Amino acid sequence: MGYDKRFDGRRPDELRPVAAKAGIIKRADGSAMFRIGNTVAYAAVYGPRDLFPRFLKDPQRGILRCRYNMMPFSGAGERVKPGGSRRSKEISMVTEKALLPVLNLEDFPNAVVDVFIELPQTDAGTRCAGICAAAIALADAGVSMKDLVSSVSAGKVGEMVAVDLSYAEESYKDGDVADIPVAFIPRTGQVTLLQMDGMIDKDGLKKALEMARAACLQIYEVQRRALKEKFAVPVAVKGNGSTV
Amino acid sequence: MADKSIVVPGEEVASGMDFLPTEGVYRDGEKLVSSKLGLLAVDGRLVKIIPLAGKYLPKRGDVIVGKVVDVAISGWVVDINSAYTAMLSMKEASAEFIARGADLTRYFTFGDYIVTKIINVTSQNLVDLTMKGPGLRKLSEGRIVAVAPNKVPRIIGKQGSMVSMIKDATGCKVIVGQNGVVWLQGEPDNELLAVTTLRKIEGESHISGLTDRVKAFLDEEVGKLKKPEQGQ
Repeated sequence: MGYDKRFDGRRPDELRPVAAKAGIIKRADGSAMFRIGNTVAYAAVYGPRDLFPRFLKDPQRGILRCRYNMMPFSGAGERVKPGGSRRSKEISMVTEKALLPVLNLEDFPNAVVDVFIELPQTDAGTRCAGICAAAIALADAGVSMKDLVSSVSAGKVGEMVAVDLSYAEESYKDGDVADIPVAFIPRTGQVTLLQMDGMIDKDGLKKALEMARAACLQIYEVQRRALKEKFAVPVAVKGNGSTV
Repeated sequence: MADKSIVVPGEEVASGMDFLPTEGVYRDGEKLVSSKLGLLAVDGRLVKIIPLAGKYLPKRGDVIVGKVVDVAISGWVVDINSAYTAMLSMKEASAEFIARGADLTRYFTFGDYIVTKIINVTSQNLVDLTMKGPGLRKLSEGRIVAVAPNKVPRIIGKQGSMVSMIKDATGCKVIVGQNGVVWLQGEPDNELLAVTTLRKIEGESHISGLTDRVKAFLDEEVGKLKKPEQGQ
């Protein structure tokens, strides 16, 4: 008996329920929430703003700085030690590299755009959820960008090629597991993130990527709608007397 | 795609070589694609995006409201509510001659707000300011409010119609900087009303019929403010 029926009863190419909302953090220049199944990501964007330390400044273009963090009580509650880890440092970096290709930062030499991603609740696929949230937040901040970025994980559980693996699937014991987080620029289909844990054969990889591409287009629709919905109703009037 | 509809980055807004991409739009082969979150505006052959969010990018000739954050040897450093700070040099600070080594805090000091004009922006976005020009001065009293810089044209209105309406209704003095910093001065209640009005414009500017709504809002609120006085 292999893995022929998913734990949560989804079809192999079916995403967990996806929801997104733009502009949820009042003080940030741009912000977003992105939820896929039980994974929730919040992203806040500040900038373009002055960059310190100054040696990081690039006189040709602005730079992007991402910070990915799983909250201590997320997942199974095992991330008790606060602050960055080797893992979060890596994911911060790949997030940055996944978002940079769409950003037009030439107008902001010497400046920085800061992206903070926090995950209060996690069930696999966190870096993908983080990238999706960050893309919405960057657009919400009014940063000039060629496109949004949509991201999802694909992979193989036992013999089944599937998208959007849950944590239970990622830790499947009775067979091989491959987990492939991938990010696309939706309009052009260019890949900005491709990583892999585990092993998969060539045909399996091809199939997984095709499924991920289709899934990303669904996610893109959700992201687009989130941004448009923000302006469907009058934005709440902020309190008086906010100063510079 | 319909004019004045909301577009997000990466959305195709027009197709064909007849259209020309301007602000917030780029060309990819035959297609014109949005690069900003905003309202689509098609003017003849020109396609542009009116942004709904974003920081202030300094532009030569803009009259802005800034805050003095540092006094240097030969000038002042001014926070202009953008990613970059600006320099106001001694030469441009006053009509009178300022001798070298004079005490610059006598003119402007830390925390002062000034109405100033941008005279130059370099490729590195180094910004130079001047105080020489009509209406450029140091601000005293009143209150400072930050609004979204991309809403400034809406707050000012056509030929200043919107801001005049606020001035007339509330009796406040108002200066709207292009950088989204607004200075107000008047009776405390009126100042608060003016701030609420600014927030309303900020939140609803993308919905049509803004002027009428703001006018109705001001008429109603001004009526409320006056009643208690009549009762006395």
